[in-house]
Formats: sequence, structure tokens, C-alpha cells
Amino acid sequence: MTTVCPLDRIARESGVAALVDGEAVAVFRTYDDEVFALSNFDPFGRASVLSRGIVGTRGDDEVPFVASPLLKQRFDLRTGACLDDPAVVVPTWEAWVSDGMVVVGARRETIAS
Amino acid sequence: MNQRKQLVVVGHGMVGHRFVQAAIERGLTETHDITILGEEPRPAYDRVALTSFFERGAEALSFLPGGAYDDPRVSLRLGAEVVAISPRQRVITLADGKDLHYDELVLATGAYPFVPPVPGKDLRGVFVYRTIEDLEAIRAASKKAKVGAVIGGGLLGLEAANALHQLGLETHVVELAPRLMAVQIDDAAGSTLNRHIETLGLTVHTGAMTEAVLGKDKVTGLALKDRNPLDVDLVVFSAGIRPRDALARAADLEIAERGGVLVDEHCRTSDEHIWAIGECAAPGGRMYGLVAPGYTMAEVVVDALLGGEAGAFTGADMSTKLKLLGVDVASFGDAFAADEDALEVVYADAVAGIYKKLVVKELASGGYELLGGILVGDASSYGVLRPLVGSGIELPDNPEELILPAARGGVSTGSTSAMLPDDAQVCSCNNVTKADIVAAVSDGGSCDSASCVTACTKAGSTCGSCKTVVKKIVEDHFAASGKVVDKSLCEHFEMTRQELFEVVAVHGYNRFDDIVEGHGKGRGCDICKPAVASILASLLNHHVLDGANATLQDTNDAYLANLQKNGTYSVVPRIPGGEITPDKLIVIGEVARDYGLYTKITGGQRIDLFGARMEDLPAIWKRLVDAGMESGHAYGKSLRTVKSCVGSTWCRYGVQDSVGLAIELELRYRGLRSPHKLKGGVSGCARECAEARGKDFGVIATERGWNLYVGGNGGAVPAHAQLLAGDLTREELIRYLDRFLMYYIRTADRLQRTSTWLDEIGGLERVREVVVDDSLGLGDELEASMDRHVDSYFDEWRATIEDPAKLARFVSFVNAPGTPDPHITFREERGQIRADLVDGPVSLGASIPVGAP
Ligand code: SRM
Ligand SMILES: Cc1cc2nc3c(=O)[nH]c(=O)nc-3n(C[C@H](O)[C@H](O)[C@H](O)COP(=O)(O)OP(=O)(O)OC[C@H]3O[C@@H](n4cnc5c(N)ncnc54)[C@H](O)[C@@H]3O)c2cc1C
Ligand code: SF4
Ligand code: FES
Repeated sequence: MTTVCPLDRIARESGVAALVDGEAVAVFRTYDDEVFALSNFDPFGRASVLSRGIVGTRGDDEVPFVASPLLKQRFDLRTGACLDDPAVVVPTWEAWVSDGMVVVGARRETIAS
Repeated sequence: MNQRKQLVVVGHGMVGHRFVQAAIERGLTETHDITILGEEPRPAYDRVALTSFFERGAEALSFLPGGAYDDPRVSLRLGAEVVAISPRQRVITLADGKDLHYDELVLATGAYPFVPPVPGKDLRGVFVYRTIEDLEAIRAASKKAKVGAVIGGGLLGLEAANALHQLGLETHVVELAPRLMAVQIDDAAGSTLNRHIETLGLTVHTGAMTEAVLGKDKVTGLALKDRNPLDVDLVVFSAGIRPRDALARAADLEIAERGGVLVDEHCRTSDEHIWAIGECAAPGGRMYGLVAPGYTMAEVVVDALLGGEAGAFTGADMSTKLKLLGVDVASFGDAFAADEDALEVVYADAVAGIYKKLVVKELASGGYELLGGILVGDASSYGVLRPLVGSGIELPDNPEELILPAARGGVSTGSTSAMLPDDAQVCSCNNVTKADIVAAVSDGGSCDSASCVTACTKAGSTCGSCKTVVKKIVEDHFAASGKVVDKSLCEHFEMTRQELFEVVAVHGYNRFDDIVEGHGKGRGCDICKPAVASILASLLNHHVLDGANATLQDTNDAYLANLQKNGTYSVVPRIPGGEITPDKLIVIGEVARDYGLYTKITGGQRIDLFGARMEDLPAIWKRLVDAGMESGHAYGKSLRTVKSCVGSTWCRYGVQDSVGLAIELELRYRGLRSPHKLKGGVSGCARECAEARGKDFGVIATERGWNLYVGGNGGAVPAHAQLLAGDLTREELIRYLDRFLMYYIRTADRLQRTSTWLDEIGGLERVREVVVDDSLGLGDELEASMDRHVDSYFDEWRATIEDPAKLARFVSFVNAPGTPDPHITFREERGQIRADLVDGPVSLGASIPVGAP
């Protein structure tokens, strides 16, 4: 469990990079103040950049996503699944807000990418 | 019997080129090797558009700019004149003495301008008007000449005369016949045309016979029969053309009575292995001086050589339209009412300079069909009327309505697109019917716009006179099939960028939230957010990282630098016009050295520093800003650079200070956010060393001021910028540029460069109306919004390093700002770093101490 930063440090619909147990994790805040944590590593571009992507929603059910700043593939913030290529999934972490601080918890079990 | 056959083509002109294209497309090269011998020094070009050489240059006219066909079985030899054919040995001889064997020979040698045998025709200062070299020579001579005369008042003569006039010469047209364009139009139309030509500033002499060109070694005058001689120092002969049939004559092939290689309906000459096509050929004894029949002949010969069902050439449509700016003349079908049952319907308005004639014939049903016509002064209905000829369809009850002005009860010819039958030939140059066009945009077809139809079917790509009808047919088809072309920006906004721009401007929005709530759905995406960010920036010129706007920015704008493949950034300081002091150069060098950056001179006349870590950007900017530099916006959809050549301050050819103007323009438009990036260029003379015509706006110095070109593009689909206005003062230039850029910013689609925007918004003419003639009355408003932009400009880098709130984002990790991102790696090459990639996430291990939040 790593306390990353105050919620206010992350602008709505944007992300920051954090070090969690030595790993680069992208932490995002959505419009309705939910937080999500994904690996910062973009498996398509092979660079650590996802926290710098644009955050938006897809479809009527408003799936929250981040688009990689490199080649714009979109990843579902909730599951780490790539919306453009379902075979690719990036690792995700538990994340929540506690007393105004953003906390990243355990790495979730995901289907290997 | 697997031997490949040798096919030789003599002449690489319009028809020779079309023949080779068709041969490749239709598979003739599967069995034949093709060798084309062209006498001109360059590959085939658009001779029909020859006159636009003065404005657009040789490159723009070329059909084969690379000089080679894609198919390796085709070889093109330029500057190769064929001097003899030996049909019995099946060998041709080249001017350099070499022989070449053929199995099949295609003659496509075109025609030459006829010069009557008058004394003095070989004097210096006498020209013809057929090739790019002719035009280059005319242009060079025009610099020292004052008065020019064109002998011949036909279609080509008038084009040549207009060109002389545009080159700044006082111009005379001398025509033997009693009227201009005697072959195409009647007396009444001729006198209407005379007045139009004279208002252009040309002097017309009809019924005038040239007796001699006067002068010792150089032209000084023109002697006319029974008239005073004219004082002229430049003469262009345009007295008709003759087929180039000399090779065929010498080889004893049959020649038509009035010249031209005699061919049958399959375009075969009297020798079974020799074919002739284009202007050198005379099918059925008649030669055709237009390109469309030549194209048909090319197809017919490909048919025959493919050995399948052979097509036939059975005559051609000789309709023509004059291509002079401001003078509309068209003649089509049976213009002289030669058919014995023909009736003429005439509308003439001498004051307005309009003469229109329809030639019609009564049908058994009592209705009328169209046989032909002549239009002078207003040929807008040509595109719709011409295909009606020979279509067999009955005209409306009162045929005069087709030529009456709308205010007097005429029908708008626009609505007649539905009247055309499917098999009506809409594009005569390329033989494309209405059905072909509809098929291209129907469900099975691949096109979704008129410009795509032109690209795919070639309709409208030659003389261009059918373009309006092609567009109309496409639009009518979409309207009829209820198809609305989806122009939504993305799933969140059901409107175009232009509409969104208006919405934002009208409501005065300054936040994405209000815009998406009021006019969109969801929370946006990586398409609409940057589009909104760009619109807000164009309208408000605030800092792109202010408040919530930071989260709308595309990658590069979000960090005011360009993201590289390994997650680092590149930094490009502005170097206006490419001019830089040694001191600034030294600072750039020092910064690069101190931060270990890779340096490269860009294609935009400045220096790029690559490999900067995001957290180092502010410190790098500070060093540059302290030395008097600022952001070069290499990251923004905004003005990039205004490239300059050295110009009159140093160059011996320069006629204006191009560097000074480039710097002024770059500083004026720096920071201007736009639908796509914008680039400019300024050259100090027509040698064009700044490649200004490859830019969105290009300025070229003239003796009298500046020529302004717009809509150029390098990149994936290169385009030459086109002349918007010439010989401008500095003030006029800036006024037009302000308007042009703002008009583009308001109306272009997202990520649409000026070149594609220009086509879509209605072409150069339309933009000239709005920008130069101010036809929409928008001029003041557009200038005012540019003034606002210029007044509120600030340097984004400086504003960022001075604002702690903005600086907070520039850290490697929020909770470990001192730890560099371990994913970033480099290799060395040629003494500098280059980006490297890693295979997967890199872990620093849990033992690394992590700073408190
Ligand atoms: C650095 C540079 C190449 C170089 O090493 O010389 C370059 C680099 C890039 N170009 Fe370029 N272009 C560079 C000059 C050009 C030129 C030449 C020129 O400007 O005279 C052209 C053709 C001219 C034109 O734009 O019409 C050019 C046509 C493009 C295009 C194609 C645009 C098009 O209309 O087709 C793209 C792609 C795009 O913008 O969508 C592009 C995109 C890019 C991007 C932004 C690609 C990207 O998204 O990362 C590169 C950013 C590199 C960086 O990090 O700085 N670059 N690029 C040049 C920077 C010039 C400068 O000082 O700002
Ligand atoms: C100013 C101008 C405007 C025109 N406007 C129109 C118009 O609006 N509409 C229209 O339909 N037509 C127009 N035309 C006519 C049109 O350009 C011609 O019909 C067309 O170019 C004919 O094509 P071609 O291939 O037969 O001849 P060309 O295009 O002349 O090509 C013949 C080529 O063969 C080469 N050649 C000749 N002899 C030899 C040899 N022995 N060895 C090697 N090479 C040889 C020549 O150098 C030339 O390059 C215009 C022409 C001009 C000059
Ligand atoms: S464009 Fe003209 S003025 Fe400029 S450098 Fe070239 S030759 Fe000299
Ligand atoms: S009629 Fe000439 S291009 Fe279509």
C-alpha cells in the first residue's frame, strides 16, 4: 500500500506517474473523482508514458479510458484492457481515496498480456 | 513461343502517355515490353493547361514528375528523336544513329504549329505556342519587349494573346477571318466575343492579312495588307496546327489528303504493325486537334493489341470551351446548324455582352432535342447542355428557358442534372458518363465526394469544364439516396469542427465542460478534446496549460515539447526566418552539451534538441529564455516556421528583403493555434530558394512588391501553393494574410491542412473572393481577430517557468520527484545519443527509498 499524493494533485481527467514498490504506475482521476491505477508502460510504444495520455469516455455506458500519448491506443481504466486490441491488457492496481489522499494497493491478478 | 514482344511508342505527349497508362492498367505489359521515345527534354505534361505554366510552373503540369513509370517493363527515353522508320525490317532509327527493333509501333507524334511562309518569320522575337520551352522563351523575351502580336484569333491564339497581355505586353490579335474563333462560333457570337477581348485590354484586328514580319535581325513590326503596319517587338504565330506525319510519309505509309497518318477505325495504318494515335493520326481522313479523341484512339489501340474484342474510333465530339479568365465562350455539337431541320433559339443581351444560341430539332413527338449551341459571356450552362447533345432526350417545352437568365424565367441549369440520362457523356475529355459517376458514389462504389470521383474516374481531370456537373451529380445522388455524409467530429460531438467553432464563438464558452454538456455527450476523447483546446486557443489566446485546459491538450501541447519514442522530449526554440546570432547559437550548443541532448538541424531552418527528460524541460527552457529565445511551437498545431532565403541583403539576385519579411511574418503569426500546423516561406526572387510554394502561405518577391501564394503543402500529399494576389505592398500582403489565415482557422476541418481545405471550400477563386474581394464583408472582422491574437501573444515557455502551479506537473514521479524514470535509455551513435526502447516495464525494486508524498 502506497500513499501517492493528495487527490488535488491530480487534475480531473488526467493522470500522474507514481513509484509503487519500485514500479512506474499511472494513477488517473476521472470526472466524478474515481481513481484508477494502471501500469505506466505502454506495451505498443514500449515506453513509460500512459499517465500523460488524454482521459475520456467511450460509448453510451461511458467506459473511462486513457489514450496513449504515443500511438493513441485506448485502455480501459477499470480493467487495463486495450479497447482497440482486446488481446492486450496492461496490469492494474487497486486504488482508492482515503482522507483526501490517493492510495495505491495491491497489484491485481490480470490475464497475462 | 514465350517470347515477349517489343512495343515501341514514338512521342511522349498527352496521348502517348495515356496510351502507356492504359497499356499498364489493362495488362498489355504482361506480354509486351514498352519503350517510349520522346523528343522533348521532359516527360509528358498537360499541354491543355500549358498557359498555366506561367503561374504554376513546369512541375505542376507534369504527368510523370518522377520521370519513370511504376511498371519495370516500361522504359521511357527523353530527348530521343526518331528520324526514320523501316517498316520492312521493323526498325526505327534515332537521331543519334542507333536502331531499335519493334514488333508493334505506335506513332503519337502530335502536331506542330503552322507558320505561314511570310517573309521575316525566322527573325529573332518570333515564337510559336506549343511546348514549355516555347513559353519559357516567350517569357524571357517579354522582359525586353513592349508590344506583342499574336497571329491567329482561334482558341489557341486567344489563349496566347491573353498570356502576352498578362506578361505585361500591349497585345494585338491579328486574324485573317472576319471574326475571332471562326471555326467554333458564328458572326453574332464573334462580335460579342470581340468586345469581351477588347475589355481585357487587347486590340483585335479581324479580316487582317499578315504580309510580312518586319525587322533586320529582330522583329520591329508587322506589315498588314491594306492597313498600317503595327509596331511590335514580339510575335507569336498561332495560325493552326499540322499533324506531324513526316516520319510516316518517308516510310511510305498512306497519308490523308489534308495531312495526318491515315488510319482505319482501329487506328491501324497501312502497315499492319504500325498504329497512329492523337493529333498525328487521321482516322477516316480527318485529324482531330483536341485531346479527347486522342485518348479514345489510345484506348482503341490497346484494345486491338490485347487481342480481345477490338473497340473502334468512330468520330468525336468537337465541343470546346475557351479557357480565359473572365471570358466565357463555348461551342458544342452542331453549332452552325448544319442539320437541314435545325432551328436556332437565340438570346442576346448586347449590353451585358451575352450571346447564347441553341440549335434544336423538332422530334416526331412534337418536342425538341438539342443538336448544339454557342455560348458567349456566360457559359455556366455548358456543362449541363453539352451532354444533352445526342442523348436523345426531349428538352423542356420552352427550350429558350435553358438560356434565359434566371430572372427572366429561365430555369437554373443546376437542376438539370436529374434531366441527364444515365448514358449521357458528362466528361468528354475522358469519356465518363453520368452512370459511371453515379456508380462511383453508389453503395458498390468507393467514392464519397466529387473530388474522389475525379481522382477515380478521371472525370474533370483534364480541361475541367465538366467539374461543376460532376459535383452536382454527386450531390444530387447523395440527396436522393438520403445519405448524409457523416461529418461528426467524433462520437461525442455530432458536428463538424467548423460548426463547433461557431458554437464556441457564439456562446463565448471557455471551458470544455460547458461545451460538452451543452452540445455533446459523454466526457470527450482524444479527438474532440484537442479540437476544443485548439478552438479555445484560437479564440482566447490564453495559456494552453491554464486550469482544466491542460487536460485537453494533445501530448505535445501538454508538455510544450515533442514526445519522442522513448518517452523523452525534443525542444525547438524559435529561430524566426532562420536568422540567428552567434551568441544564441552558442547558448543552444551549451544547453545541449549540459543536458546531454542530441542536436539536429531540422527541415524547418532551426535546431532541434532531442532526448530531454520531462522533468528537465523547465530548466532547459529557462536557459534558452534567459538568452532571449522563446518557444518555437514545434509541438503545436500552430505556426511553425516562416522559411526564408537570404534575399536582397546578400544575394546578387534578390529583389526584396526576404529575411526581414519572413521574420516579420513569423513574429506576427507565432503562437497562432490552427486546425493543423501552418508553415510559411519567403523568397527574395523567382528562383525560389525558400521553397515558399511548398508552404501553406508563400511569398515571392517581385520588382514591384510581393506575390502571395496559398495552399502549398509538403508532407504526404504535396501541393504547390497557388497565386492569390500579385505585386502587393507589405500592408496589402499582411492584410490578405491575416484574412486568409483567420478564414482558414474558422472554417477548416480538424487536422486539415490549407491545401485540402482550399479544395473543399471551393478552390482558389472562392478564397480570393472572400480574402481579396471581401465578398462576404468579413474582412474587417477577420483582421480584427488577428490583431487580437498579435496583441495578446506571450511566450508559453516563459509563462510556464514563472508559474509554480504549472511547473508542478513536470516531475518524473509525483511521489518520488528525485528519481529519474528508469525506462528511459539511450544508445550512442556517431558521437551522440539516440533513443532506445525497453522490452517491458522496468522495476527499481522495493528497496529504492521513495520520497514522502
Ligand atoms: C524535426 C523535423 C524533422 C527534421 O529533423 O528535420 C520534423 C519532425 C516531425 N514531423 Fe515533420 N518535421 C520537420 C519538418 C517537416 C517538413 C519540412 C518543412 O517544414 O519545411 C515537412 C513538410 C512540409 C509540410 O509540412 O507541408 C514535414 C511534414 C510533416 C508531416 C506531414 C504533414 C502533411 O500535411 O502531410 C507530419 C505529420 C502530421 O503533422 O500530421 C509531420 C510530423 C512530424 C512530427 C511531429 C511527428 C510526430 O508526431 O512526432 C515530428 C516531430 C519531431 C520532433 O519531436 O520535433 N511532419 N515536417 C522537422 C522540424 C521542422 C521545424 O523546425 O519545426
Ligand atoms: C496552348 C494549348 C491549349 C490547348 N487547349 C486544349 C483544350 O482546351 N482542349 C483540348 O482538347 N485540347 C487542347 N489543346 C490540344 C492538346 O494539347 C492536344 O490535342 C494534345 O496535346 C494532343 O496530344 P498528342 O499526344 O497527340 O500530341 P502532343 O501532346 O503534342 O505529343 C506529341 C509528342 O511527340 C513528340 N514527338 C514528335 N515527333 C517525334 C519524333 N520523331 N521522335 C520522338 N518524339 C516525337 C513531341 O515532341 C511531343 O512531345 C491545346 C493545345 C495547346 C498548345
Ligand atoms: S530566392 Fe532569389 S534572392 Fe533568394 S537566395 Fe535564391 S536566388 Fe537569392
Ligand atoms: S470534359 Fe474536360 S475534363 Fe471533363
